[in-house]
Amino acid sequence: MKIKSDWWKILGVVLVLFSLFQGLMGRVPVLPILHETIRNIYYHVPMWFAMVILFVFNAVYSIKYLSSGNEHHDNIAVEAANVGLFLGVLGLLTGMLWAKYTWGEAWSNDPKQNSAAIGMLVYLAYFVLRGSLDEAQKRAKISAVYSVFAFPVMIVLLFILPRLTDSLHPGNGGNPGFNKYDMDNQMRMVFYPAVIGWILIGVWVMQIRVRLLEITNQILEN
Amino acid sequence: MKKIFILCLLTFVAQWAFAQEPTAAPVEMADLLRSSGKIYVVIGTISVVFIGLAIYLFSIDKRLSKLEKEHK
Repeated sequence: MKIKSDWWKILGVVLVLFSLFQGLMGRVPVLPILHETIRNIYYHVPMWFAMVILFVFNAVYSIKYLSSGNEHHDNIAVEAANVGLFLGVLGLLTGMLWAKYTWGEAWSNDPKQNSAAIGMLVYLAYFVLRGSLDEAQKRAKISAVYSVFAFPVMIVLLFILPRLTDSLHPGNGGNPGFNKYDMDNQMRMVFYPAVIGWILIGVWVMQIRVRLLEITNQILEN
Repeated sequence: MKKIFILCLLTFVAQWAFAQEPTAAPVEMADLLRSSGKIYVVIGTISVVFIGLAIYLFSIDKRLSKLEKEHK
């Protein structure tokens, strides 16, 4: 561990710890239906933020792979998708738990829930595609092209389609979230550190997985 | 890097500037962990779990670095 290059890992841990503490102890607006569950915003939403950032890594490194043919770029792309998908599943599960006690049902076929689930499937298909190709270079190239298309589809599914219809989820349809009634400025001061912290931890886990993959390949080659 | 950490520190400190609300001092001889419905115990548990996970991640990271050095 070198402080100079790894300081962001410590920063991620510190930020998340802060959000764990202040997320429970901080003052939150008193709202009907939500009650104390408004604090979930510090733990549920950062999962999605981190997932989107990791999928950005996936798309960027896929494009980089296509232009360079460098195996390292493909390794980053695949592990970013891996960690991103994992965080997305956590986001779905925490969302279901939250929905159970605020919307009445864990899964109410809400547009946001449905399209988030489809978005997960799009990235699951990425791994099915990779698993079905034996030749390493072909696998890297075809899956890189796939993720270039998967990324905008995921963005549309998560952030555009649900907003065109009515949804129970804040930020959509006739139910705009992140407004002054849902989250005040004091909440934001916990929320944004939480988001940044979880993004850093997600990227850290991705980095560990990439290094693990590369050292394994290296040992297998020798 | 230093600037970012100072920024974070200031952000955190600002939180507690709001946290003090004037209330009548309770007569109870409650220490910190027993106050506020013992919520600090829950925070302690969560923190232990998360710090444990972080240490675990750091140790994996360290072991990987060692492996990488050996295989260079």
